[in-house]
Amino acid sequence: MKNRSLVSINDYSPAEILEILNLAAEFEKNPGQALLTGYVVATLFFEPSTRTRLSFESAINRLGGRVIGFSDSSSSSVSKGESLKDTILTVSNYSDLIVMRHPLEGSAQYASEVSPVPIINAGDGAHQHPTQTLLDLYSIRKTQGRLDNLKICMVGDLKYGRTVHSLLIAMSAFQPLFTFIAPEELKMPDEYKHLLDKKGIPYQEHRDIADNLNDADIIYMTRVQRERFSDPLEYEKVKNVYILRDSMLTNTKSNMRILHPLPRVNEINPDVDSNPKAYYFEQALNGVYTRMAIISKILGVK
Amino acid sequence: MQDKKELKVSAIRNGTVIDHIPSQNLFSVINILGLNKIGTQVTFGFNLESKKLGKKAIIKVADKFFEDDEINKISLVAPDAKLNIIRDYQVVKKRVVSVPDEITAIAKCMNPKCISNHEDITTRFDVIQKKPIQLKCLYCEKITDQHHLEII
Ligand SMILES: [Zn+2]
Repeated sequence: MKNRSLVSINDYSPAEILEILNLAAEFEKNPGQALLTGYVVATLFFEPSTRTRLSFESAINRLGGRVIGFSDSSSSSVSKGESLKDTILTVSNYSDLIVMRHPLEGSAQYASEVSPVPIINAGDGAHQHPTQTLLDLYSIRKTQGRLDNLKICMVGDLKYGRTVHSLLIAMSAFQPLFTFIAPEELKMPDEYKHLLDKKGIPYQEHRDIADNLNDADIIYMTRVQRERFSDPLEYEKVKNVYILRDSMLTNTKSNMRILHPLPRVNEINPDVDSNPKAYYFEQALNGVYTRMAIISKILGVK
Repeated sequence: MQDKKELKVSAIRNGTVIDHIPSQNLFSVINILGLNKIGTQVTFGFNLESKKLGKKAIIKVADKFFEDDEINKISLVAPDAKLNIIRDYQVVKKRVVSVPDEITAIAKCMNPKCISNHEDITTRFDVIQKKPIQLKCLYCEKITDQHHLEII
């Protein structure tokens, strides 16, 4: 992994994923390790994402590294029309590693081709967000004690949700069982179902949340957004259907945990927050340990 | 040897005749093969009658013999093109084009949010299906199909 960019979750083999998760667990036990003294990491956020940026910057700071960068392209040379290539080449002179978020799909791949220093993709449009996937995997393993043979239930926007697609791909190395719960317009795309068919991974599809959660080990919630619907009436019909409420959790398994990439809007009712099965805020904390592990591996200090 | 159709464009002694090009894609073929920059004699005809294509174009390039991966680049715009390799006015070899497994710098990604449509980038695609064509962008990983195919 040393000196290799992380653009897509497919860049890491299952063995490398486990290596990252093991190192993240080490950092969780002992977060104060000044492994990056003397290193400078750039965080280039061409579109704002405060949550992801703070998680990366916290990870870098905990490792004793320095951070440079911008949080929004309006405050940078990009607003003067500089090309991505020029920005990356310039910033690579000042840093050992570049973490970037960009609204255009494929931008991280392109940056990794022109950059002399490694790139970590912190989200490129609707395309990929591999550190989110790794922190999801970390959260799943931490709460279940393993990654293999788990029943994963994905709920909400399964058509456009990049986090569920990446998670599906990454989990498919670990013999999962999937349940997909989504409105007709936001069903899991065929290409992902074909991929599961090819690997012999079983999955079920349902329209309703009720009664389909009880055998899940993980419930992965996503936002159902109005702008995803071609027919506004269709959105009005489903917007209150894909909301998880505490009353739905009564018969779920005791080991079951609820994940959500955050921020949530209304898809998880606040009455779920105090249920011990709610895990989404801890999940966010796991992001720091996971990112510490990814950065350390790429810079070769671990 | 030369039939009536061939005479519509003057014969060459040595070189390559590319026949059965859809007329509207003649200039794409010329661009893709760099024939606008070549030093040797190039003659072409277009809007020639063709039972198969309606209107076809034909290009004759003197003293030029194409490598397979060079000529296969035109498969996106002239999938039915036929080549005659000419030596001393005689057809010594015939061949057809085939779609390569990778396409570089010819097609445009149909995803408006793809970085390749916003920066000065040489596009690259994996060919995931040859007929009808389906290209997977190596940047955004979206599929561009025959229907949305645009040649740069
Ligand atoms: Zn693309």
